[in-house]
Amino acid sequence: MLSALTLILTCQLIGELVTRFFGLPLPGPVAGMALLFALLVLRGSVPDTVGAVGDTLLKNLSLLFVPAGVGVMAHLGLIGQDLLPITVALIGSTVATIAVTALVMSRLARGSLSAEATKADD
Amino acid sequence: MTDLTEVWVYLSASPLLFLTLTLAAFQAGSWIYERARHKPFLNPVMTAVILLVAILTLTETPYPTYFEGAQFVHFLLGPATVALAIPLYRQFERVRRSALALVVSLISGSLTAIGTAVGLGWLLGASRETLLSLAPKSVTAPVAMGITEQLGGLPSLTAVLVILTGILGAVIGPMVLNLLRIRDWRARGLAMGTASHGIGTARALQVNELAGAFSGLAMGLNALATAILLPLIWRLFF
Repeated sequence: MLSALTLILTCQLIGELVTRFFGLPLPGPVAGMALLFALLVLRGSVPDTVGAVGDTLLKNLSLLFVPAGVGVMAHLGLIGQDLLPITVALIGSTVATIAVTALVMSRLARGSLSAEATKADD
Repeated sequence: MTDLTEVWVYLSASPLLFLTLTLAAFQAGSWIYERARHKPFLNPVMTAVILLVAILTLTETPYPTYFEGAQFVHFLLGPATVALAIPLYRQFERVRRSALALVVSLISGSLTAIGTAVGLGWLLGASRETLLSLAPKSVTAPVAMGITEQLGGLPSLTAVLVILTGILGAVIGPMVLNLLRIRDWRARGLAMGTASHGIGTARALQVNELAGAFSGLAMGLNALATAILLPLIWRLFF
């Protein structure tokens, strides 16, 4: 368990260092995700402990957004100044983005869907 | 016996109280969500945020005091993002097989997110700062704040809009996808991650690991795509 947590934190730390050092337009943890992914590919499997720690973190991923979400209360004044455009833009743009991405993907990836569907059953 | 105010003063100064309250509020949110048979508009993150904002407002607790306790939960976002490599690795064979479709869909989604947010805001007369803060709203918070700052918007407003977009996507995303009859888990995950970053990914992961893998990947790639595309588009139009 401890070694798995150390591995994940080390990936994050290296990710932070690399993105800062090279001025990459990515957050450190996303670079850390790429690094851990590369390590898993090199190893050819997910070690049991890493899988267990990772799954525990991801099972509770929603919870981790709560503290930042509460931060909304400190900035309600800023939103109030442009309430109508912000509300319409957020709702309209979120619906449009989800619809466009999903429609394009489901059309373009349809070719591999039969293989996908059989795979999804096992 | 100690005065109740004294107890409150002691408790509110230690991280224990607000850490516990954060977990309890989320548990309450999850309980309601389970009870209501997973009705999307009862998203547990939203319920927890509303409960906590109500408690903090009633007790006149400033956000920084709350965050002293909640930061321990907040910190785990970093390691959890790194851990998204695990579902991605497990599903990589399927990701690789649809790589081209994935990249084209992601760029379409990224451009739609930027274009519709700025377009709708502009039509309704939002200020320049608001438009700049709206533009990267679908991107994970640290990148979105960086992009906004670079273009002259308000990073703190961006952070709030990013979180609201995430919750909104988690709440209405599944309804939009059902309405459009999208049954392909890859398309559903990719759409959630592109439109509403980590919060959308959390929602996708709860339903299906394949959707979660596509969503986590979409979150990372959309951060990269928006960081490159948005400054170019902005200079083109404004």
